[in-house]
Amino acid sequence: MDYFLELFLGGLTRGSIYALIALGYTMVYGIIELINFAHGEIYMIGAFTALIVSSVLAFAGFSGMSVLFLAAAVAIIYSAAYGFTVEKIAYKPLRQAPRLSPLISAIGMSIFLQNYVMLAQTSDFLPFPSLLPELPFLGKLGVNIGSTELIILVTTAISMVFLTLLIKFTRMGKAMRATAQDRNMAMLVGVDVNRTISYTFIIGSVLAAIGGVLIASHIGRINFYIGFIAGIKAFTAAVLGGIGSIPGAVLGALVLGWTESFATGYVSSDYEDVFAFILLVLILIVRPSGLLGRSTVQKV
Amino acid sequence: MPAMTQIRQSLVIALWFMFLTFPILVIRVNTIENIIEWRWLNMLYIGAGSFLGSFAWRYFLARKGQGTRKIAAPGGTAAAATAPPETGPDGNDLSASARSAGKSRTFPSIPEVEAVSAPADLGGVLTPAPAYADKPWLHRLLDSPRLYRPFLIALAVAALVFPFLPFASTYQINILTNALLYVMLGLGLNVVVGLAGLLHLGYVAFYAVGAYSYALLYYHFGIGFWTALPLGALLAALFGILLGFPVLRLRGDYLAIVTLGFAEITRLVLENWNEFSFGPSGIAGIPRPGLFGWEMDLHAATIYIYFLMIVLCLLTIFVVNRLQNSRIGRAWVALREDETACEAMGVNPTAAKLTAFALGSTWAGLAGVVFAAKTTFVNPASFTFLESAMILSIVVLGGMGSIVGVIIGAFILILMPEYLRAFSEYRMLLFGLIMVVMMIFRPQGIVSGVRRSYEFHRETGEKR
Repeated sequence: MDYFLELFLGGLTRGSIYALIALGYTMVYGIIELINFAHGEIYMIGAFTALIVSSVLAFAGFSGMSVLFLAAAVAIIYSAAYGFTVEKIAYKPLRQAPRLSPLISAIGMSIFLQNYVMLAQTSDFLPFPSLLPELPFLGKLGVNIGSTELIILVTTAISMVFLTLLIKFTRMGKAMRATAQDRNMAMLVGVDVNRTISYTFIIGSVLAAIGGVLIASHIGRINFYIGFIAGIKAFTAAVLGGIGSIPGAVLGALVLGWTESFATGYVSSDYEDVFAFILLVLILIVRPSGLLGRSTVQKV
Repeated sequence: MPAMTQIRQSLVIALWFMFLTFPILVIRVNTIENIIEWRWLNMLYIGAGSFLGSFAWRYFLARKGQGTRKIAAPGGTAAAATAPPETGPDGNDLSASARSAGKSRTFPSIPEVEAVSAPADLGGVLTPAPAYADKPWLHRLLDSPRLYRPFLIALAVAALVFPFLPFASTYQINILTNALLYVMLGLGLNVVVGLAGLLHLGYVAFYAVGAYSYALLYYHFGIGFWTALPLGALLAALFGILLGFPVLRLRGDYLAIVTLGFAEITRLVLENWNEFSFGPSGIAGIPRPGLFGWEMDLHAATIYIYFLMIVLCLLTIFVVNRLQNSRIGRAWVALREDETACEAMGVNPTAAKLTAFALGSTWAGLAGVVFAAKTTFVNPASFTFLESAMILSIVVLGGMGSIVGVIIGAFILILMPEYLRAFSEYRMLLFGLIMVVMMIFRPQGIVSGVRRSYEFHRETGEKR
């Protein structure tokens, strides 16, 4: 039972990280119907920026919580800036183009960003300092959860609540929902569509950066390639939950996290990544609209 | 003053990019020795580069914008409009026929918007359009045998003589063979992506199937190259159908991600299933192809594989070319343009997609067998996603749906990094950039796919 609980918590932690990245996919897909392949790279850039900033700060003699908050803040700002710029360069000129054009452009952008980081930094794994603090009271309570895991869970939960509030109750959120429903109609009623799309990319990138900093501290090492696998898994999560649906993305991410955790725990750890892909293929065959998604009717 | 505003705009962009690339490009942390390296020079390069680049960007975007406007103008040819970089004076000849060149939902490879639909007047006839007047120079060159034949002969002679020239070392021949291998892969992927319009990101999986089938068949049963060649192709085709079946219902972007997932599964299985594929260490000692038991040294064998590759490439070109204009080829193009309309016209989309997958995979399988024989060693590291991306960028750069384009694309992308050594480090960076830039500025590729067009003429049978 203890083993089961451990796997369950591991899956939950994993799933909540996937959820942070999956939200970016699902929001972008909801609004411009594009799989933003470069989203995983935004997350990777977030982690790299946090690593660089924290190293520089540590070098300058800072320590403790100030390093964490400064590094996370800079990572978030830079990820948002990259998300914004990627959209402006690679997707905006292709708004009216056939569907496959922005997709190929997105793949190109993803490869470009990966190699940009590899050439500018290094292709080796870099150790990531554990920025997250230890919570001593956990041991006293006798809960079977590490402090990093708890921080990840709490941060994810807070981010989700903020996102939901943002989308439900602010003007920007309303504009986003309108644009997702019908872009032309939204334009007609006075929504600045370009700005709304930019906001969507920025919000998605911020969430990805939070995920990047959290998982980098959790795993303890990063390289330029982490974004690719994480991106595909997060996309799987988004599809699993029904792409375009925000609660769906969270649900899908948790299901994926548990699937991976239990499969590696009980079956084999060699095939860790294979399970995610098999799950992806299975969902797309059995229920392409996902768990919470509505199936789209193709109209002529 | 517009020039002033442009300069100011570019300055803002340059500053933005300097800000953007600051942590990644300027600072490098050496975590082992705890040193921080500051590379301020990079910032200068980025600033200057993005300042100049933004001018080029604006210029080309404006040019493209003008092109799109020209489509709307009556009588303006679509070819002239959507292919700005190559339309000089020749592209602008206005053909007399008014073309319905409005908003077309075509895949990017088709600039020539044809389809002059016949009005409800039964006196006319649809005749193949004269191919010259309104096409860019490259198409005109390709359309008239008088122009391209001498060029083709020269190329054939050069290809035949090349391995016996004094400067042609084993290394040089190897590079060229490699380029030919990618020509074959590109043409195979072109069937799936360019003709049928299915974005396939897992093409390398079938390449791996081909390579591993030769390696394993040799290892377990001692089967030679010539038997393995058709077997590898067949196995790859079977795998293609196997993958094709479940994913047929999926739309373009889902299909892309599933094929990508499939390729990753294949690679991970090859990496982890030690009893079957010998894991990451791969299989070594695969024999080169034989020629009636003739013993060859390395140089001779390299030349032999080179000629073999030329023959296989010619075969591929022949088959793909014939396929393009066949019933199934037209069904693919129809599928790419509009699936629903295609189904309404009586094309079975399932069958068309499956054949596209199977045929595309067949070429990958063939190329895989040759690859295994050429390198005499296979391991999973040769079949990563980057390889798929490379083949895709060959197709995108060359021109989706165009055979000549894919060949040119393969030679550019494979030979350039080989001969510009300083450059090879930036190869993947360049591939990514090419995909983005091509999609934005020239979605039809270097050589756009030629499409047979028909025109309506009132007088029966009389040509214009």
